[in-house]
Amino acid sequence: MSALLWLIPIALFLGTAALFTFIWALKSGQFDDPSGDGYRILECEDHPLVTFEELSSSESREHSA
Amino acid sequence: MTSSASTKASDELAPHVKKVGELLHLDLIVTGARCGGCLAKIESGLGEIPSVRQARMNLSSSRLHVAWEGAASQANLVSAKLEALGFSSAPLKAGDTSEVVQRAESRGLLICMAVAAFGLMNVMILSIAVWSGAADMSAAERNLFHMVSAAIALPVVAYSGSPFFKSAWRALRAKQSNMDLPISLAILLACGLSVAETILRNEHVFFDAALMLIFLLLIGRFLDARLRAKTGRAANDLAALKQINARRIDEQGRVTDIPVVAVRAGDRLLVPAGGLIAADGRIVKGASMLDAAIVTGEPVPQNIGPGDVVFSGCLNLTQPITIEVLREADNSFLSEISSLVEAGQQSQIRYVQLADRAARAYVPIVHSLALLTFLGWLLMGGSPRTATLNAIAVLIITCPCALGLAVPAVQVVAVGKLFAAGIVVKTGHALERLAEITDVVFDKTGTLTRASKVGEFSLITSGDLALFSSLAQQSYHPATAHLREMKGQHSVDNIIESVGEGVSGHVNGVEVRLGRKAFISDAMPNACSGLWGSIAGQAPIELTAGEIIRREALSTLHKLENMGLGLSLVSGDSIERVQRVSQNLGIQNANALTRPGGKSEIIKARQNEGEKILMVGDGINDAPALAHAHASATLASATDISRATADIVLRRDSLAGLPYAIQMARAARAAVLQNFAFAAIYNLLAVPLAVAGLVTPLVAAGAMSLSSILVTLNALRLNSINPEPFK
Repeated sequence: MSALLWLIPIALFLGTAALFTFIWALKSGQFDDPSGDGYRILECEDHPLVTFEELSSSESREHSA
Repeated sequence: MTSSASTKASDELAPHVKKVGELLHLDLIVTGARCGGCLAKIESGLGEIPSVRQARMNLSSSRLHVAWEGAASQANLVSAKLEALGFSSAPLKAGDTSEVVQRAESRGLLICMAVAAFGLMNVMILSIAVWSGAADMSAAERNLFHMVSAAIALPVVAYSGSPFFKSAWRALRAKQSNMDLPISLAILLACGLSVAETILRNEHVFFDAALMLIFLLLIGRFLDARLRAKTGRAANDLAALKQINARRIDEQGRVTDIPVVAVRAGDRLLVPAGGLIAADGRIVKGASMLDAAIVTGEPVPQNIGPGDVVFSGCLNLTQPITIEVLREADNSFLSEISSLVEAGQQSQIRYVQLADRAARAYVPIVHSLALLTFLGWLLMGGSPRTATLNAIAVLIITCPCALGLAVPAVQVVAVGKLFAAGIVVKTGHALERLAEITDVVFDKTGTLTRASKVGEFSLITSGDLALFSSLAQQSYHPATAHLREMKGQHSVDNIIESVGEGVSGHVNGVEVRLGRKAFISDAMPNACSGLWGSIAGQAPIELTAGEIIRREALSTLHKLENMGLGLSLVSGDSIERVQRVSQNLGIQNANALTRPGGKSEIIKARQNEGEKILMVGDGINDAPALAHAHASATLASATDISRATADIVLRRDSLAGLPYAIQMARAARAAVLQNFAFAAIYNLLAVPLAVAGLVTPLVAAGAMSLSSILVTLNALRLNSINPEPFK
């Protein structure tokens, strides 16, 4: 019985959090263009941690070394 | 040519540009974008325009939002860029907020549904605990569970149930009854009863039943809203109506662009070659040719000159003309057509949907049953509490859940299936009307027939055709429009155009002539009409664009006849041409030389005799008939007004989809009626239990979800109906 006193509030809190996350996602337009977003991830420009120039210059340094 | 096209675009786009802060915003309908490559091409392509700050393409709804700095006239840069990338675009009309409203509506319903789902899940966990552990549970524990359920359910019901409560309240204030009335009543009574039982520390509460009712009905409501948004968007895509502006010449001779609604009688308007005539008027200057095909159905352009009266909606073909406006746009031919269309649409709105018809029969029965239960229990010596409890149980168990979910579920499946087959059905309403038709009336020009291409009849090499097409690019004559479409790219010089006779020039150094036969060779002066051409003085070749019966017309008509539908033809064209087509296709009942008003009169007269007509047409002159018919269909190539009016648009520009649409509509109607039968059987089983006082919350919850699942599964059966492949 006493377990219910904290289990029910936790369950409700988690449910409410999920509900508000969904409403936030909906309102921020994340469901507006499901087919477009699927493609967009493929078309986005990459921002590599090491750029091509850095890579080739480090390679050339290795060669000279 | 290019410069005139782009200025025209800016005139059309400027009224739809919105200024928010520093930036100018424009929403465009873009057609042709289908994949991620298109999306990237559009967004990065527009990003290359220096002033553009934001370009966001929505692939799901094919809408593009662009924002830029500077002047509103830069909108034409955007549309020119899109055109260069290979996409056609049209502005989303600034005044038309229907898409925004629909998006807000379905988003609101989705939030209501999410809240209801949250409430339902949590209350159900508590309810199941009570049902399964009732024997081992102390009264205090049970009551705690009931109180927690109430604390969750009441706010959720108040929020998620609001779409039903509002609609029921509107109906009540208008002293009418609708389906939401018994729904609201059942929800409110279930909640009220449960609160009372919780306070009295009794055993049974119905919070889960109330929430499940709301959740299931919201699914139906949401599907319906999304269907309307999707088909509405598709209709807008097709419409992509070109805003018609008028060019007014003031006393000083300056030309200004004004919207058509601002045109007044007595104004002088300049109509450029290739422009639509914005208002009825008399020609004061210039001579040209007029294409009245979309207004009267007459396919051959007429010569017009000063003093002639021209009607709005006609296309001015060859030379610019100046007209003096006789009637303002409100009184013009085009608006007469629009008002005829509106009158027809009013009669369609009066159509009562199946679900509402069922609800009208259903509600009085259910409510009197509940009353009888209440009185019956009192008479049999039951306590007022037991009597109330059982009467409410009757209302809860008979709540028209199946009606709320049955119809949208079927319509979503049917309309989605048709959509995939290239058939846009604008409303579920239209689907129901389509299922009832007994007769089909066709227009001729553009519907049963289409314009033939050069080379379909006479033998001509594509190389020669390119020569003719290149020469035709230099002329605006309507008779050569089909040649211009072929986009010949050769260089042309020494062009000589003799008005009303023909045009000649040197294409790649070869002499090419186009025009009347007399202009080509002296052999048969004025003997033949039509368009002829010759290359380097060789024998003339006929290049006339004709009219041929659509390839799929005969097989489509056969299928429709086999479905038991009567076929007829109504056309504005000449008697012999109509006869030729009707004999070829085996249509007995054919009317020729009908005016636009006449078509809708024929439809109305026949419908008064009890026929239910499907009108299939494509011209401006068909629009009133489309609106008055019981159901209507048009083709993708149809005029804007026809596409806006018709219930169904065949996007593949082929009649072949029509029998499939009717078949699907009939199957959908059958499925809806089956679902009603399910609901009736379910009520026959459940109501005696409720009247007898045997409905516990567990029975209510089980019965409700079972009937909803049955109804949804039955709707999904429509997925197995596929179109016959066209041979």
